[in-house]
Amino acid sequence: MSVTQPSVEIGNEAVVRQVGRRGPATSPGLSTHGRGLRTAIHVFLVGLAALFVLPLLIVISASFSSDQALSEHGYSILPRDFTLDAYRFIFAQPDVVFRAFGVSLFVTFVGSFLGVLLMAMLAWPLSRRDFRLGKPLSFYVFFTLIFNGGLVPVYILMVNYLHQRDQVTALILPYLIIPFFVLILRTYFVGIPNEIVEAARIDGAGEWWIFFRIVLPLSKPALATIGIFSVLNFWNDFLQPILYINNQHLYTLQYLLYNMIGNVSAAFPVAGGVPVPLQSVRMSMAVIATVPILITFFFVQRFFVRGATLGAVK
Amino acid sequence: MSISTLPTRRRKSRLRFTQTNRQLAVMALPGVIVLFVMSYLPLVGLVLAFKNYVAFDGIWKSPWVGFDNFEFLFRTRAAQHITVNTLLMNSLFIVTTLSASLFIAILLNEIRLTSRYLSRFYQTSLFFPFVISWVIVSFFAFALLDSEGGLINQALAAVGGHPVSFYSEPGYWHTILVITNLWKSVGFFTIIFLAGIVAINPEYLEASLLDGASKAKQVRFVILPLIAPLIVVNFLLMLSRIFYADFGLFFNVPRNQGLLYPATDVIDTYVFRGLITTGDVGMAAAAGLYQAIFGFLLVVSVNWVIRRTAPERALF
Repeated sequence: MSVTQPSVEIGNEAVVRQVGRRGPATSPGLSTHGRGLRTAIHVFLVGLAALFVLPLLIVISASFSSDQALSEHGYSILPRDFTLDAYRFIFAQPDVVFRAFGVSLFVTFVGSFLGVLLMAMLAWPLSRRDFRLGKPLSFYVFFTLIFNGGLVPVYILMVNYLHQRDQVTALILPYLIIPFFVLILRTYFVGIPNEIVEAARIDGAGEWWIFFRIVLPLSKPALATIGIFSVLNFWNDFLQPILYINNQHLYTLQYLLYNMIGNVSAAFPVAGGVPVPLQSVRMSMAVIATVPILITFFFVQRFFVRGATLGAVK
Repeated sequence: MSISTLPTRRRKSRLRFTQTNRQLAVMALPGVIVLFVMSYLPLVGLVLAFKNYVAFDGIWKSPWVGFDNFEFLFRTRAAQHITVNTLLMNSLFIVTTLSASLFIAILLNEIRLTSRYLSRFYQTSLFFPFVISWVIVSFFAFALLDSEGGLINQALAAVGGHPVSFYSEPGYWHTILVITNLWKSVGFFTIIFLAGIVAINPEYLEASLLDGASKAKQVRFVILPLIAPLIVVNFLLMLSRIFYADFGLFFNVPRNQGLLYPATDVIDTYVFRGLITTGDVGMAAAAGLYQAIFGFLLVVSVNWVIRRTAPERALF
């Protein structure tokens, strides 16, 4: 990446810039000359970025390596003995992966959509000054953040009283209302100018009309941000299936993957002594579960950025 | 005429007021119910901490045992052990995450204007771990740490070192967990801090340049003081959760290896094991209640201190 710099520069600097990328960092942080410092920063950040991406590369490479190469030479950045065997094995019984994929998709979409809707429906009244229950209900939401019963009572309730074992709702219910998100949405809603709401009311609009026709459209950025964090919550969850799911038909992708740590054949019943590429199958499953969320992430990155800043502004 | 319209108008507005309130209450109701079921109803179940839970008898018919669960928890030193791990690891996480992301944000800010695309590339590479699930992170970690083919052991072998069996030696795990946590969360906080730095009025920075401040001085006397509130808010948010460990990290990355428990067992994994693996529900409930109470006391007292010193920063 070359940067257009003013042409009046000491030749020495340009050399440092070209060499500096590979060579040792040149006195970082002390140079008041912008260029040397910036070069050092680039060297550091390129190295850091490479380190961060490294594990992903190894796993992708392993998924394309033969099991024999993996056990002989170990993991590597580029695939050794390139093969599609692992993927071929997985998609030889496509229903296992596709079913898990389907369950994950269903839980993620239904859960996020319903969750965002219900959280907004809760947050909007809380943000209204003329709502008498606003204050007590805000505390009602907030209190769950600072005191909760923990895993055990919830588990007993879900299993023994709500009969949620092997129910798809068991994967949705626990993340439907996230108190922290409700409070973030409330803060956002407070910023909606009261005049707009008043004007609609004078025209005879009811609260539901105002909510769906004015509040929600005005809050698209906040809703999108909360939505994308919800999607992440549901897609990446592994705990609820561990707690409540035994039925293989309700395995999510993450749970399938979790089970494969111990035992690949538990997920993939093998017919007639076909040698299973154990290590690479695990790694290719990891890749299959990562790719959708990574692609999504690249498209909606800006919402994450907004979300990161939303959360901190109480 | 004005006398006659006034009362009706008031009545009308009051009617409207109650109508508004009723509609808003109905709107909030589904969320209120879900929270009631998932967060308030379970509080009743905390009595399990004082019972010897027998699944067949249910919560109410299981026998009371008083403080036996707690006594056992503390006598076996399990409580001390998981508390130390939880607090120690979370403290390390807070310090490393905040300082590293602050440092990276300052670096990114320095190159933000001159190399836009590279800057975005760095941010993306640092942020992407945030969206990877902990189960998959455990695969990533395995590819690095595996005692046979793991990349680290390959590197060790290449320089003539002895292979390390990471998954059976607890000694390495505090470091491994700190690095894993850093890898996963540093991008997120970098973005928060970068947004804070970008929002600084450029006039301050220009003024400091005119006064001949070096970069280091600029960071020290302009940038840091101006984003201090942001640092404090995030620090307090993390501090208030210090009794709660990130279950995904502590459960998945060490692969639930018993040998590693001395370093990796935290309150949340202990509760999970009591509930699911060993079936010691009463103990698990006791550990959960202990966590809830101390977590609560901590938040309240931290908030109390802030209210006295800097009320505008109070969490509630």
